[in-house]
Amino acid sequence: MAKLTFKGGIHPHEGKELTKDKPIREVLPKGDLVYPMSQHIGAPATPIVAVGDHVLAGQKIAEAQGFVSAPVYATVSGTVKAIEKRRVVTGNLVESIIVENDGNYEEVEYPAVKPLEELTTEEKINMIREAGIVGMGGAGFPTAVKLSPKEPEKIEYIIANCSECEPYLTSDYRRMKENPDLLLQGLRIAVGLFPNAKGILAIEDNKQDVIDMFKEMVRDDDKILVKELMTKYPEGAERMLIYACTGREINSSQLPADAGCIVDNVDTLVAVGRAVTEGKPLMERIVTITGEAINDPCNFKVRIGTNYAELIEEAGGFKTEPAKIISGGPMMGFAIFDTNVPTTKTASAMTCLTDAEVEWLAPTACINCAKCVEACPEHLVPKNLADAVENDDEERFLKEYGMECCECGCCSFVCPAKRHLTQQIKGMRKIQLGKRAAAAKK
Amino acid sequence: MSDLRTISSNPHVRSRVTTSNIMFWVVVALLPAALLGVINFGLDAAIVLAISVATTVLTELIYEKLMKKPVTIGDYSAVVTGLLLGMNLPSSVPWFIPVLGGVFAILAVKMVFGGLGQNFMNPALGGRCFLLISFTGYMTTFPAPNEVTFLDRIFNISMDAYTGATPLAQIKAGETVNVWNMIIGRTAGTIGETSMLAIVIGACILLLLGIIDLRIPGMYILTFVLFIGLFGENHFDPYYIAGQLAGGGLMLGAFFMATDYVSSPITSKGKYIFGAFLGILTGIFRTFSSSAESVSYAIIIANCVSPLIERWTLPRAFGIKKEKKETEVSKA
Ligand code: SF4
Ligand code: SF4
Repeated sequence: MAKLTFKGGIHPHEGKELTKDKPIREVLPKGDLVYPMSQHIGAPATPIVAVGDHVLAGQKIAEAQGFVSAPVYATVSGTVKAIEKRRVVTGNLVESIIVENDGNYEEVEYPAVKPLEELTTEEKINMIREAGIVGMGGAGFPTAVKLSPKEPEKIEYIIANCSECEPYLTSDYRRMKENPDLLLQGLRIAVGLFPNAKGILAIEDNKQDVIDMFKEMVRDDDKILVKELMTKYPEGAERMLIYACTGREINSSQLPADAGCIVDNVDTLVAVGRAVTEGKPLMERIVTITGEAINDPCNFKVRIGTNYAELIEEAGGFKTEPAKIISGGPMMGFAIFDTNVPTTKTASAMTCLTDAEVEWLAPTACINCAKCVEACPEHLVPKNLADAVENDDEERFLKEYGMECCECGCCSFVCPAKRHLTQQIKGMRKIQLGKRAAAAKK
Repeated sequence: MSDLRTISSNPHVRSRVTTSNIMFWVVVALLPAALLGVINFGLDAAIVLAISVATTVLTELIYEKLMKKPVTIGDYSAVVTGLLLGMNLPSSVPWFIPVLGGVFAILAVKMVFGGLGQNFMNPALGGRCFLLISFTGYMTTFPAPNEVTFLDRIFNISMDAYTGATPLAQIKAGETVNVWNMIIGRTAGTIGETSMLAIVIGACILLLLGIIDLRIPGMYILTFVLFIGLFGENHFDPYYIAGQLAGGGLMLGAFFMATDYVSSPITSKGKYIFGAFLGILTGIFRTFSSSAESVSYAIIIANCVSPLIERWTLPRAFGIKKEKKETEVSKA
């Protein structure tokens, strides 16, 4: 069977062998836990505890503000030590609640939940909203909002994004391997929210064992399909994934729902399952700590709010001084200079690369080789866009669809002249998005 | 923790392919044809090639030193230009021909426009055409293989004595051509163009490494064969077609010069159109005029329209087309 895929893309060094075969280890936090109020897209949450309060694991400590927002829960028991601005992974200072861990891990009594069959769609979506679940692949869009589109009857596919195309990352793979039932449970619940939907498990063929396992598990379930995707970056980018699974194309200003699809990440669906069947809020996630600079690369089950530096220590610390520490994977993650930041709902990985991987070459003249054109999954001409940025030619940038760029990094990756194409295009997109937002305000 | 850690933008890893290793492989891929040229035409050929490469590299170096610009000869692009230029010359030309051609290629075609990547036409071809116009006599006199040697020329400057008719000239004159000789390169012609086999071996290296692909050369050859098949004197006669393909630098042009990144369109559709355009142009030149250099002229003309082709064929971004269709439908 021809493997499903899209046009363009690249095959970077996978680096997954570092952590692929290591079982998930649970780590308990040692130091204070930090809960930023903004771990999602939308309005920040507002604290509902005061300094000095005693909190339990699973207790809500901040309330969502408005429709597009999400509440935050304590993940340990202890005392609220401070409510102040703290540095997060992006380098920004964000209002955060700091909890001193008492080491008892006392949990709240969760209210009894009705059996699945008795819950209405509305009740289920409310439970998902209350649990504070957001897209855990990195975007952080509130899942309850995603699961309540305008016309639910038009949703045909709920796609579980199991492609994990980003190099080095294996947290989704380990999750699927160790808790396939939890993922299926979440996916089935999500599918059940829509009258006409089917579930798709979209998995890259470098995870053949998982593909075979799921095929076996859903043999008798005609509502869940397993789709084998070609291993290629960025197969898991939302629009590429929808195209590979359904053949439908959407552009940057459309929503997956316009193609009758909703895409959710593996850990997100696991959390959805937990929220609806056990009434448990989002408290933990799987984080990959990896890269050639790490002594013992590993996948950890982490209580959200745990300090990253603790995880790196848990992974044996640095083998060599890392040349670059990246929050996320090497293609789309962003480089950070301080590991003393909290893990959040969207923290999928920390990749620590050595000089050998982040080979640094100065850009030279473009030789018009068209490699960037062939690699661009959005069918753009990155060379022209970067030229437009260099010449400050906004008109050309917009005319040649610069805003359609998904910032995947493929063009910079392949460029033999080592031009910083993605960086330049990204910079201009930011300016343009800013302008749009300003215009919208007026 | 150190604040000095690099925090540049994504992606944080890059492929290992660089401009200089692409150009290096182009040089390697040109070597089989150059080597056969030396075997067929003797020491003369080797000397012409050496002078040509030395000139282009030195010209670039001196220019950049004088203009206080960063020196770029390490990217091998000047070597490629020099080698290609030399391979496009008859082995019998006097020493100043490759020198003038090399200086012209680098200064007038490459550097004036801002160096590698800025030139709108292939520098080696620019150099060749400059020589063709200025020194038509030297440039269109082709020695037959292994009849002229370097020593001969020192003592006897007469050119006419040893010239051979190129296969294309033979076809024009209605003579039959020996296709096998054309394949291994034992015919009259420029140093690098006569051996189809060596050129195809080199082309395969580049194809396998993904440095070039078949869009331009494939379309070029296909369109050309169709054109001369339909409008040429002997139509689809296999000997006629084979002779046309093997002669006149068509293979060298299609695989090594038409595929030059800088002077061909960047878009995928553009590459097909560029190839087809070349095929038709070459067909016209070959059928209606007798110029043995039709390939060079065709490529240079196509180089000039390449920016236009590129503009016409800018791709639509992913998902954009569909949206247009949808709005049309919803209006209807
Ligand atoms: S990949 Fe780099 S060198 Fe090649 S065309 Fe694009 S920008 Fe130019
Ligand atoms: S970063 Fe943007 S322009 Fe570059 S390949 Fe990805 S989508 Fe295309």
